[in-house]
Order: sequence, then structure tokens, then C-alpha cells
Amino acid sequence: MASKKNVILGERLKRLEDPPLITGQGRFADDINFPHQLHMRIVRSPYAHAEIKSIITESASQISGVVAIWTHGDISDLGPIDFRADKSAEELKAFRQFCLAKSRVRYVGDPVAAIFAEDPYIAEDAADLIELDVNQLSVISDADQEPGEFDEGLGSEAALLTHTFGDVSSVWDSAYLVVDVDLRTGRHSGVPLETRGAIGVHNKTTDTLELYGAAKIPHRNRDTLVRMLSRPPAKIHLHEGHTGGGFGIRGELYPEDILVLVAAERLGRPVKWIEDRQEHLMAANQGRNQHHLARMAFDQDGQILAMADEFWHDQGGYVRTHGANVPNRTMCMLTGAYKIPAFQAKCHFRLTNKTPAATYRAPGRFESTFVRERLMDIAAEKLGIDRVEIRRRNLIGVDDMPFKIKFNEPGLETLVFDSGHYESLLDKALVHFKWDELQAELNERRAGGELVGCGLGVFVEESGKGPVDGARISVDINGDVEVLTGGASLGQGFETTMAQITAAALGADYNKITVLHGQTDRIPYGIGAHAARATVMTGSAVNITALKVREKALDIAAELLQTTADRLDIENSEVFISDNRNGPSVSLAEIAERLAPGSKNLGGREPNLSAEGFHNTKESAFPYGIHFAVAKVDAETGHIKVERFMVAYDVGRAVNHMLLEGQLVGGCVQGVGGALFEEFSYSETGEPLAVTLADYLLPTMDCAPAIECLVTEDAPSPTNELGIKGGGEGGINGVGAAIAGAIDDAIGQVGAVKELPVTPQRMKVMLNRAG
Amino acid sequence: MMQKRDIKLDINGKKYEIAVEPRRTLVDVIRDQCGQTGTHAGCHHGVCGACTILLDDEPVRSCLVFGIQADGKKIRTVEGLAEGNKLHPLQQAFTDHHALQCGYCTPGFLMLAVGILEKDPDISHDDLVSALSSNLCRCTGYANIITAVKAAAEQMRAG
Repeated sequence: MASKKNVILGERLKRLEDPPLITGQGRFADDINFPHQLHMRIVRSPYAHAEIKSIITESASQISGVVAIWTHGDISDLGPIDFRADKSAEELKAFRQFCLAKSRVRYVGDPVAAIFAEDPYIAEDAADLIELDVNQLSVISDADQEPGEFDEGLGSEAALLTHTFGDVSSVWDSAYLVVDVDLRTGRHSGVPLETRGAIGVHNKTTDTLELYGAAKIPHRNRDTLVRMLSRPPAKIHLHEGHTGGGFGIRGELYPEDILVLVAAERLGRPVKWIEDRQEHLMAANQGRNQHHLARMAFDQDGQILAMADEFWHDQGGYVRTHGANVPNRTMCMLTGAYKIPAFQAKCHFRLTNKTPAATYRAPGRFESTFVRERLMDIAAEKLGIDRVEIRRRNLIGVDDMPFKIKFNEPGLETLVFDSGHYESLLDKALVHFKWDELQAELNERRAGGELVGCGLGVFVEESGKGPVDGARISVDINGDVEVLTGGASLGQGFETTMAQITAAALGADYNKITVLHGQTDRIPYGIGAHAARATVMTGSAVNITALKVREKALDIAAELLQTTADRLDIENSEVFISDNRNGPSVSLAEIAERLAPGSKNLGGREPNLSAEGFHNTKESAFPYGIHFAVAKVDAETGHIKVERFMVAYDVGRAVNHMLLEGQLVGGCVQGVGGALFEEFSYSETGEPLAVTLADYLLPTMDCAPAIECLVTEDAPSPTNELGIKGGGEGGINGVGAAIAGAIDDAIGQVGAVKELPVTPQRMKVMLNRAG
Repeated sequence: MMQKRDIKLDINGKKYEIAVEPRRTLVDVIRDQCGQTGTHAGCHHGVCGACTILLDDEPVRSCLVFGIQADGKKIRTVEGLAEGNKLHPLQQAFTDHHALQCGYCTPGFLMLAVGILEKDPDISHDDLVSALSSNLCRCTGYANIITAVKAAAEQMRAG
């Protein structure tokens, strides 16, 4: 028997994904080609808001190699891009986007025509010759300006959304202190290093449409396409290959995905589309852009009495697949880790003439944590209570768990924080970050003239929102284990995570496990990878399924080893008798052979060493965390250097600490980008000012701080067998809040940071004001 | 279609005699005409560095070079790093230290690091960070990349 120990959860196993990726053998969207394929190029509106008079395609169509040019009229039978399931969908339907603009263009980048050509360079040549004749319309450049017109007779405020509990109205006049803030978060996006790509194929033999380059939620997108294209689910399949980063924005259904499918069918040839970076920065979903007027009431001991927030969510040109999900999640998570008796949030969900918005990693949470923690910092200062202490006094206690937040509005989902020991994490984090020693050190440095300070942000995350996911696991006669899931991998280490759970539950050799995901033709269901669901939902389903396979293996092994199943164990794919490790054993490969169809050992058993299992849940799992930052401001240039950062995070149960830390650190640096550098700004006439990576500034290695991680497992989730909570968004959630606090502290002006990102220009304005 | 020109490329020791349009970028030629898809285009304008290759042993952004400019030159890409099944120390270090997540920027970082370390095996930490800051990664937050490159540098120095 092999000496290697069994895989356990939490172990820092090396990734199964890496070998092809480090040797140049990945299969990303642009690596996929089909014989006789056409290349699509999208012609995009250069106007932020205009009525289309005509689109002149004649000269473009004369270029040799151009096969077809489509405008809306060529696909007028195709409806707008549908929402995924969303409760507020009905009232928002009028704001959906057609694949090619119908009568108006509503942002710079809005697709108006599609060129199909023999070669991508030719398609681009032809795109340059398309002429767009328009009547320009007045541009709505911000969500907080007077609402304008989305369409004739249809205003730009798509919805006025509210979330309330308790009664805030009686509190403001009688409270000891009321803090008011006026805060903004800039327009950001995930900006994965691989741009989007889509390849549509019509398999004429089976009349099946196939979409390659799918990501994130292939099964959910398949369901939407079934509705939009009126095809049965068996006749549309989505295929996920390697995916160069997602962060929430990749893998939603976009106009280009639908166009390649429809064109593949109508033009009779495979159609490939690869986005260029300039397109990506004006076409892929953006997010975060909100303006908040928020207030909190306190008693003199710093207890929160009420919180209210009215905010404007800048949705951009259309409402895309998420409906009003992001503003709703913003409101849900505004109260964070604190016990607040009364709450009222109101969101103006407004269309503007910018690139449409949707989810970006920790959607609504990066924003709401910034707002809430700004209020806490200011209240602490005004009440003369320490910043940490005022937070501690308001934390939801361990005895309050599970903690329910029930909103007054009918139909709104009740939040149930499943488990948590928030104060314990705070205590551990303060020690780990050496908070007290740090204060003394910073005081000394400030006395020496440096502008340096620290800040913190406390938050609750949401993960593993159900309702269900499943998995199929089979072991073949070579002992190779196939884990078939409907999950998706965006680079986070999904295969490793699922293999690790399988290895731990089944006792299989980790290196003999293959994990499949993102193939709708292989498995009919799948929850995908969104909102930190993958490890919780698919991982739990894989665990349940692996245990079923284990039970089946032990059942027949007991017969072969002439003992009972309860005396057996499995390690490294070998079944042995627990109290006789060096005695007789049987491998999973041999068991699979004994269970093969027709085997004489089968008896009354179902053939094959395989099983299917499901994990159902009605509850989300709520991880929580605290971010700490030390930042130094250069008074001369306004440059801000984040010197230290710590992510303290309780994940319930970690499957692989190395991958989890990878998620936290990677998310954190994205957050640093959002806090200090990244911003999609627009001119007053709606021209995007950041359409290259030289304008939209991603953090580089020299400005990424060293990030410490403190991962705890104090509060396993009761919503699943393994106690797992999600880890994808805990790295980014509180970054804006913590850095804002650190900057305030550095310049000695609490509440100074009112807007993210704090660019050097904005920093200089603050310094001059302090002047 | 523009007039094509005949060029000869040497990619990882293999010769390619191909006809290319003068306007075609080297990254497109390497990928589409030579079938070496390990090199990735991330921004098409020389900012992200995902398409970094070694052109006569110098790290170069292959989206900023036309294919015809590489005529007769020696190109090294990620596909040429391993010797058979034996990974290059940088490849090994990247997987050992979890220096990649989605893996899209990885070939560019590997080739950039190879170019830096071959030229200056004893490069200081600060200079290394400064040089590696020319490429973008959106997943890892960079910490594991610098750890991996330094670990590989040590191993390469030890021979």
C-alpha cells in the first residue's frame, strides 16, 4: 500500500490546473478555431445618445472578403437580451438592450452593426467604412442629475427601490448624535486580462447551436438562450474552455454571444468574435458607480440607533442580465456586521449614457462597506470613542446567531446570518496586526512630519446562495476518477478545490481525479461560479456524491475482503481494513472492474462505481471579515502608498488555504485599484475617457502592498455539511473603507475621503483644503 | 488583402517559412500562422505585457512588432521553456508558489522573467520588482509572482 497520506481539507495542495497553463497549452477563447469560420467585428456607436437615422453599409460591403453586414433590421425578429430570474424584472423590461441598437444608441460602444468576414483584419477594415447618420440627443451623464429620457415617454429612472426595517423617523430628532455623509464610489470593472470571446457553431447534423468561450454561468445562460432563441435545451450547448479571469463581469450574456450564435445558424458557417481591449473597456459590464447620502444616529455611548441612505445607482445605457440585483444587494448589506434597530435605504436606479453596469466582485458590498464604515469613523471621532471600540460595541454577538434581518417590504428576502463570532475575529485581528503597537509607531512618525495613518473596515459577505447544485462522480477500471459538475472555472482553482473535496471524502488519489465543468452537453444542470457559490454549492454537492461513491465502494469491498463495511477505510485509492493496515486491500480500480456491467460480483447492485448527488439549501452562508490598512500620503504629489494591508476573514472551513489566500490577496489588490487608481470617467458629452489600459490604471507589482492574511475557521456554516463559506469576495469588500480610514488618519481629518478612487489629484485637493 | 511577404521565423528552434501581410502583428503571426497559441494578446497596445516573448533574447511585446520585422530572428515563447517533461525553474516555481490563477498573463510573465534573469541573474529585489511591474496580472495581486521569480532566480544561480 502506498505510503502517501490521504488528502485533507485545508491542505495546500498544488493546483491541478497549472500544467497546461505554465507550458502554453491552455485553450482560451482565441485558441479555439473551426474550419471555414467567419470573423465578426462589431461597429460601435461613437455617440453617447442619439437617434439613428441611417446606417450606410455600401462601401464596407464592397470589400473583398466581407460576407455579410447586419444592422438591427436584419435581426429584428430577435428580442432584447433577457434577464436571468429577477424579482423586479417586469418593470425593467423596457430598458433591456437589443443585440444591435434598434432606433437609438445609448452609450459610446453600443453595437450598431456586425460585420462578418473571412479574416478579422478585413472585418476591421470594413467596420471603419460604416457610416452612422444620427440626430444627437441630450446626454444624461450622471445618475444624480435630473432624470432624462430613456426613450420617448420613458424616463431614465427605471425604478425607485427601497429596503427598510424598524422605524427610523422617530430617531433623528432625539438622537445624541446624527452623522451625515455625502459619498461616491467611482465606476470600475473587473478588467480580466483575457478580453471576451465567443465562437458560435451550428452543428447541422444534429441542428444544435454551440457557443464556445462561455464562462461563469453556462447553464443559466443556456436557459436564457432557450427562451430567446426558442430552441429546446438539448439543441443549445455552451462550452467553457480556459477563462482568463472573470470577476463577475465575464460570462454574462452579452450582445456578441447571441450574435455569433444567430449568425452561425443563418450564415451557415462558424462565427468567431474576439474582443479587443478598447472594445472591452467600453462594452463589458462596469459597476460600483453610486452616490450616497447616508446618515446614522447614535446614543452617547456610541450605540447605533438608526441608519438611512438615499443613493443614486448609475446603471449606464441599459439594464442587463442582472436586473436590479446590484442596488438591491447594496441595500441588503448596508448594515453589515452591526446590530441596527431601524434602517431605511432608498435607491434611485437610473439609466445614464455610459457603458451598462452589472456585477463586479463583491457587488454592492464594496460600496456599502465604504459608506457604513465612513459613518463609523466619523461617529467615533465626534463621540470621542476609539474607532475600534465603537465598532466592537455595535457588533452582532455570537449569541445573536443565526441573526435575521427581515425587511418591511413584502417579497424581499429575509437575510439570515448563519453563524459568526465577529468580536473574536476582531480580537484576533488586532493582535495579529499589532494594532496597539502600530498606533504608537504611527504617532511617532506623524510627530516626525510624515502623513501616515491606519484604518479599518468591518464587513459581512454573502456566499453560497442556493438553491441547488449537483455532481456526478465515476471511477473507471484504471482508478481514474471523473468529477462531473455544472460549475465553472474563472481561474480561481475550481478543479483543484473539487478534486480536493473528492479526494478527502472518497479517499481517492488526488492526482487521479479529473474535474469537468462548464459543459452543458455533459450534465443538464449547474449553478456556475457566481457570487461565491462554487465552493459552497458545487463543493457540497461533490462531497455528498463522493460519499455515495465511497459507500458503494465499501459495500463491495467488504464482500471481497470478507469483513463489514464499517471496518474499512480508503486511503490513496486503496480500501483496507482499518485495524490491519498492512493486511489485505483492494484498489478502487479493481472495485470499479468488479462493479462493471456484466461482472459476476455485481449481485443485485447497480453497475458501475459511480453516483449522482445534490446539495439543496434555502439559506446563504455569510462569511465575515475585517480589513486593516496603513497608508502614507506624499504631501508634494498626492501619491498614496499603502504600506501594509491585512485581510482577516472567517471562511467557516477552508478547502485549500493556498488557494483561499490567493483569492483574498488577489481580490485585495483589485480593491486597492478601486480605492486609488481605477476609474471609468466620461466627458460631459458622454465620451469615455478610459478606453485603454494606459487610461484605466490597474495596479502593477510596484504599487501592490504586501498583504497579510489571517484566515479563521471559527464559525463553520450550518448550511452545508462541510461548514464552507465563500472566499471569492472577502479580499475586496472592505478595501475602500480601510484605505479611506487610513488616509483620514494620515492627514488628521476624519471624514476627508468622500470619493473613491482617491487619485493624486483628489488627494491634493484634500491637502490644499486642509492647507 | 494586402501584398504578402515571405519571411523566415525561428520559434523555439523550429523554422517557419511563411507569407505574411506586412500589417500583421507578430503576436498574430506566431499564434495564427505558426499555431503557437501559448503567447496571449491582452491589450493590443503594449501596456499589459501578456504577449511578451524573447526576440533575439530580449523581452519584447509581440503586439507592438510586425511579423515582418521578426524576419530571420530567433523567437522564444512559453512553449519552448520546458525541456521535454522537465519544467524550466520559472515554470516550476510558478506552480510551486501559486503564482498564477487564470493563467492568461502567465506566459508573458514567464518570458519577461526569463529575459530579466538570463541577463542579470543577481538582480536586486527592487530592480526585479521594477522590471516585473511592466506586466499586468489581474488575479494574483502579484505577491506570489515575485516570490516565485525570486525562488527560480536562486535555483538558476545554483545551476
